[in-house]
Amino acid sequence: MEFIADPAGAPAYLDAASAAPPHPVARQALLAALADGWADPDRLYAAGRRAQQLREAAQGSVADSLGVRQDEVSFLSSGTAAVHAAVLGGLAGRARAGRTLVHSAIEHSAVLHAAAQAGDAVPVGVDLAGRLDLDAWRSEVGAPGVALAGLISASHEVGTVQPVAAAAEVCAEHGVPLFVDAAQSIGRVPVPPGWSLLTASAHKWGGPPGVGVLVVRKGVRWLSPYPGDDRHRPRPVGALDLPAVVAAAASLRAVLVEAQTEAVRLTGLVERIRATVAATVPDVEVVGDPVQRLPHLVTFSCLYVDGEALLHALDRHGFAVSSGSSCTASTLRPSHVLEAMGVLSHGNVRVSLHRGTTEDEVDRFLAVLPGVVAGLRAEAGM
Amino acid sequence: MIEVDSRGRRCPLPIIDLARRLPTVAVGEVVRVLADDPAAANDIPAWCRMKAQEYLGSPAPDVYEVRRLR
Repeated sequence: MEFIADPAGAPAYLDAASAAPPHPVARQALLAALADGWADPDRLYAAGRRAQQLREAAQGSVADSLGVRQDEVSFLSSGTAAVHAAVLGGLAGRARAGRTLVHSAIEHSAVLHAAAQAGDAVPVGVDLAGRLDLDAWRSEVGAPGVALAGLISASHEVGTVQPVAAAAEVCAEHGVPLFVDAAQSIGRVPVPPGWSLLTASAHKWGGPPGVGVLVVRKGVRWLSPYPGDDRHRPRPVGALDLPAVVAAAASLRAVLVEAQTEAVRLTGLVERIRATVAATVPDVEVVGDPVQRLPHLVTFSCLYVDGEALLHALDRHGFAVSSGSSCTASTLRPSHVLEAMGVLSHGNVRVSLHRGTTEDEVDRFLAVLPGVVAGLRAEAGM
Repeated sequence: MIEVDSRGRRCPLPIIDLARRLPTVAVGEVVRVLADDPAAANDIPAWCRMKAQEYLGSPAPDVYEVRRLR
C-alpha cells in the first residue's frame, strides 16, 4: 500500500483554549514540588508543615498575580470544579435574596449545568459578534429574586471579550454579586475589576491540568454546597494535588511576565488567520468580534462541511484544532454559543494559539486549509 | 412550492440539500425545507444570511421556509 502523507512538517498543536502545552516553569516547579510537597499539608509533622508552607506560598503567589488577597484564593481540582463551586456556593450564600442565576447565553456549559441543578437560570442574549446585550442584562439583573449573575470574561468558543466592567456596574447597582469565569483570560489579558467571584483553570495558561482557582472577594456571601467542615470558605473535595498547584502558581507568574508581548504577537497571527481564511476559503464565516477579542483564539465556520470530518482531515495533516459543531459534541446539538450568536454551527473550527506557536505553523495551516475544505465539499457533492 | 425533504439527515446535509435545489427555484419563489436535525433551526437562517437569501421562518416544527432573492 502506498503511504500518502502531506510533507507539511511537524505536528502543530493549535488548541490552547482546551489545554495549553505546559510552560517550562510549570515542568520545573512540578518536579521540585513532587519531591518536596507530597505530604498532607494539614498534618503537624515536619513534612506536613513543609507542604503547608508550599500551599501558602502558592496561594500567595496566585493572589499576587491576580491582585487579590491571599485568603480570597482557593484551589480546586479543575476549572470545572471551580465553576461549580462558584455557582453553587454563590447561589447558596444568597438563598435569602432568591434562587435565580442571570447569565450570558454564551457561558461555558459548566455554568449552565451547575445552574440547572441549583436554581432558576435566566440567559441573556448576545449579538452576532457574540457580545452581551447590556440592556437585557440590566433588566434581568434588576428583576426580583436574582441571587447571582454570571458572565464569562471572554468567549471560550469565539474569543469575543465581554463588557465585564459595565456588567459589574449594573450588578453593583442592584446588589447582585457577579461571578466571572475568566478561564480564557487569566494569563493572557487583564480582567476588569468589579466582580465578586472569579474562576480560572491552570491548564489554559500553561500550568498543569487538574488545578482550578476560585477567588471569593471579602464580604461576598458564599456557602459550601458540599459536605465538609468549613461551610464558608471554598476547599477542595479531598486531597489537593499540591505539586500541581505549586506548578500552576509558578507558571502563572512566568506567563504574566510574557503576557503583553505574547498578546501582541498572537494578536497579529490571529489577524493573519482571520484575513487569510476569509480570502482563501469560499463560503466561510469568520465569527466573533474582529477587534474586541482574545489575542490567541479565532473561530470560523465553513458551509457544507461536516465539522468532525474537517477535524479529522486537519488532524491527518498534523493540525490539532477544536470545533463547536454538533457532530463533534456528545449531545448532537450544535454549540449553544454559536446558536446564541445566530452564526453557522456546522463546519466549525476553533484555532487557539500559545507561546510555542510559530509563524511557520500558522502559515502551513493556512496553506493546507483551503484544499482540505474543498476536498470535503467535493466528497459531499458541493 | 418546492419542498426539500431532509428529514433523518444530519447537518450539514439539510443545508447541502437546500443549496443544491436552489437553482431549480425561481427568483422570488419560496422553498420549504423539512429537517429534523436540531442544528437546522440555527443553520438555515445562517445560510440565508451568508448567501443573501430571505429566511421566512419556521411555520411548524421541523419546517423552514426560504425565499430565493438572487
